[in-house]
Amino acid sequence: MAEARTLVPGTGRGEALVLEQPLSFWGGVDPATGEVVDVRHPQRGANVAGRVLVMPSGRGSSSSSSVLAESVRAGTAPAAIVLAEPDPILALGAIVARELYGRTVPIVVSSGPSVRAGEVVSILAEATGATISD
Amino acid sequence: MPVELSEVDRSWLAGAHGEASALAMRIVVETAGVMGAERLVDIVAAHVDGCLYHGLAGLEFAERLAAGGARVSVPTTLNVAYLDLLHPERYRGDRETAANARRQMDLYVAMGCKPTWTCAPYQLPERPSFGQHVAWAESNAIVFCNSVLGARTNRYGDFIDVCAAITGRAPLAGLHLDGERRARLVLRLEGVSTRLLASEALHPVLGHLLGTEAGTSVAAIDGLPNDTSEDRLKAIGAAAASSGSVAMFHAVGITPEAPTLDAATDGEDADEVRVTPERLRAARDELTTTGETALGAVSVGTPHASLAELDRLAQLLEEHRPTIPLFVNTARDVLTEAERRGSVTALSDAGVEIVTDTCTYLTPIMGALDGPVMTDSAKWAWYAPANIGADVVIGGLEECVRSAAAGRVVRDEGLWADG
Repeated sequence: MAEARTLVPGTGRGEALVLEQPLSFWGGVDPATGEVVDVRHPQRGANVAGRVLVMPSGRGSSSSSSVLAESVRAGTAPAAIVLAEPDPILALGAIVARELYGRTVPIVVSSGPSVRAGEVVSILAEATGATISD
Repeated sequence: MPVELSEVDRSWLAGAHGEASALAMRIVVETAGVMGAERLVDIVAAHVDGCLYHGLAGLEFAERLAAGGARVSVPTTLNVAYLDLLHPERYRGDRETAANARRQMDLYVAMGCKPTWTCAPYQLPERPSFGQHVAWAESNAIVFCNSVLGARTNRYGDFIDVCAAITGRAPLAGLHLDGERRARLVLRLEGVSTRLLASEALHPVLGHLLGTEAGTSVAAIDGLPNDTSEDRLKAIGAAAASSGSVAMFHAVGITPEAPTLDAATDGEDADEVRVTPERLRAARDELTTTGETALGAVSVGTPHASLAELDRLAQLLEEHRPTIPLFVNTARDVLTEAERRGSVTALSDAGVEIVTDTCTYLTPIMGALDGPVMTDSAKWAWYAPANIGADVVIGGLEECVRSAAAGRVVRDEGLWADG
């Protein structure tokens, strides 16, 4: 079990999708399907829906908040997001999704031991702190 | 650590200004927590990106705020949206999306935002002054605001932008604070030819490299000529906010917080990256997705073309008449001023398709493409392949216009030789 910092509280469980490079949701993820569509991303074609998305950080456009909220609405959002550094733009998408739809994507920051690709992990993110466990 | 709130902040949260305004304050406060802010700060203006339709979530959020009677409390400009309201006949998408997108635009205007519809609000007459706190969304505008104007904003995104505009408050964190604005990385231009330093082809490519190297950090670029124009700084920032998450950079001797390298780094150590012609050539090639040279179209003006850029385009068109579609994106206010000055006639006579309120990579305007699109914008080159499925070729504005005339890629390869 690893400790993490909570950006957006909630719980989520899924198979880890570990991205080597940051991903901008806007222009990078199709909210209708959850597919990574950024042509320059090494993991183009992967699907974030229902996965625990692990990546170094968000990137680029400030429209990523909308795309993440839209993917929550459409049911294609990740089960949880684990970042190496905080990203307020993704956090906002998750916060607004909760306000609008009563469901969200928990987002945590962890610089600790990395989650392995394909591993099924649970994220428990509370206001006071978060854990990442099997 | 919890965010310390003023009595006024608390009254907003408690619903003194209605449920929609309470929602806006809740979102500002929760974001402040995410950003590690100790408290909130008053802002004097906002630029809102949330008016661009990405799906029902953004529309439903605007409906919720507007239905609850929320209004912006500071002067607020609006970013590009999904539709060109001045040239609606260009739109080739479906009606339902257009209706939703239009509804979303109207809701933001109903909340008191100005219908400026531009990603370059810094080209409007009322722009923030040095040292002022604002809440700007739109990644390229954020970089310009911090770097070139010396006003202060974080990387605000959709949703928080309008919430800050409604409450007049933003999290006091990140680039609102002195200590966060110093450069931690220096990009030093080395061996770059004077021809390339003088060419507009350099800046989008340099910005692309800046974004790749800096990621989220503030960097200083050392070695640009002192007379580097705002349009060129705009191109650097837009590129750096696409390939990276750059929210501010310094150009030594040019931008207001970097009269010297020492001022930019605040006298502290910074990592150094050498920017050689070789690295610039590699960055340029990253921005081109195809080896094909027969072009389908040319698109310039991302971010929105300034008056100076429209004038220059008009001038270039005197010698080079396009044989393939040439699009230019600009702000409606800039277009009005350009019309007054007479440069629009030259564009129309040359068959240039002028797009306002939106951008050619956001919405179906360009139609079926018969080949790759050449652009002078690293941001366009970065996003268009995923957004509209276009292959792209990067070049300077003059190269773009020459290419539009030839119908194929015309670039000055000699520019990129070792200096």
